[in-house]
Amino acid sequence: MKFGIYPGCSLTGSARDYNESVFALARAFDLEFNQIPDWNCCGATAAHNLNKDLSLALPARILALAEKNGLDEIIVPCAACYSRLVVTQHELKKDPELKNRISEVIEMDYRGTSKILNVIEWIDKYIIPKLEGKISKPFKYKVACYYGCLLVRPNKILNYDRAEDPQTLDIVMSKIGADPIDYPYKTECCGAGLSISRTDIVSKLSGRIIEDAEHRGADAIIVACPMCHSNLDMRRPDINKYWETKFRIPVIFVTQAIGLAIGLSPESVGLKRHFVDVTIS
Amino acid sequence: MSHSEHHTERNSLAYSIEKSVEVYAQKCYQCGKCTAGCPVAEEMDLPPSMVMRLLQTEDPVNDEKILRSHSIWLCVTCEMCLSRCPMEIDIPSMMDFLRQKSRSQKLVNKKARNIIAFHKSFLNSIRFTGRLYELGLILDYKRQSLNMTQDISLAPKMISRGKLHFFPTMIKGTSQIARIFKKTGN
Repeated sequence: MKFGIYPGCSLTGSARDYNESVFALARAFDLEFNQIPDWNCCGATAAHNLNKDLSLALPARILALAEKNGLDEIIVPCAACYSRLVVTQHELKKDPELKNRISEVIEMDYRGTSKILNVIEWIDKYIIPKLEGKISKPFKYKVACYYGCLLVRPNKILNYDRAEDPQTLDIVMSKIGADPIDYPYKTECCGAGLSISRTDIVSKLSGRIIEDAEHRGADAIIVACPMCHSNLDMRRPDINKYWETKFRIPVIFVTQAIGLAIGLSPESVGLKRHFVDVTIS
Repeated sequence: MSHSEHHTERNSLAYSIEKSVEVYAQKCYQCGKCTAGCPVAEEMDLPPSMVMRLLQTEDPVNDEKILRSHSIWLCVTCEMCLSRCPMEIDIPSMMDFLRQKSRSQKLVNKKARNIIAFHKSFLNSIRFTGRLYELGLILDYKRQSLNMTQDISLAPKMISRGKLHFFPTMIKGTSQIARIFKKTGN
């Protein structure tokens, strides 16, 4: 079986650190990725806010390209892209007429056969079974596992983890030696796509997520979404200004934490690209 | 009364929501869990449960109030309302529909100008290159929102961390993407 990856736009730019850690893990565990050739943007929030057909056509082209290239299983590290691809697959499956119309729009055959994995499903399936004996530096920190919205919702469609108090990320983190804390902000929204147009709202919402994690004594917030990461990390100066304080807790991608635990250097998993200094390693 | 017994007014907003996204406003019994869980409810002029209640009245005055609201643009599609709704009412899909309707009827709330400018800049970037070009997005957004000074300190910090590219990546299928935009009415 050929194994595909849809990196999505942010992993080529603002979430380059996440991309580096995903690829570093793939190398360390001898997993070969085939990037979906000539992939396009999934359309993200902008497309589904402004135009429904466009919000289905853009992900459909990506999935059709994966099918055309024989990629039966694709990993989608960005939780937002993951959600768009799975929702599109769901919508087109339940409405054959819509499927035909979208197929005509993208000028490609679309069958909807690709299996789409989020980053934690990928880790569970391909990394956890090979983890034994690989951990050289257990990640012995108290962590707040922050899932955000789109990894777990819409839960009836994604059919992944439970919607309230999900566990999958906590379980992965405990397998590399971490101590996941009870954390009620696990699935609260960081403000998502309002980052640029309503930075004030993002500062407020992301600040609550950070404040609670610090208050509970976590050493790091663990994320699996580039949008959550950019709001909690890159927006930290705005958050600190809004809250008139200096939150210091670092925000680390789950793939970076695993990388550190198997002895990869902070540089090789992109930790030097963060805005908030990562003092733990 | 269940939605199946209720005959929604044919010219109401609730009716068009039923027809296009199969969401039945009459199912809502006003428990308020959507508003309680909504991360942006406190910023909204009409929180989600209030939108549901106004839809149930099938009154043209209320319908227009919804389409003119700031709320429909503040909704971040976090999907919390749907996940907690005991009647499984798909409020996020309904919000997508309301946003599009609000624009097509030219009833967009003035306060939502920057949010829409951002979405438009985002789509512009994809339309021409196939992928999001982050620097282009920021510059186009500044042009559309006339917000020149915002985030001015962010760009150099992103560049020094290798997180912002100067030039866009053009995919091979740009003409195909352009046709997708055209065929979907953009």
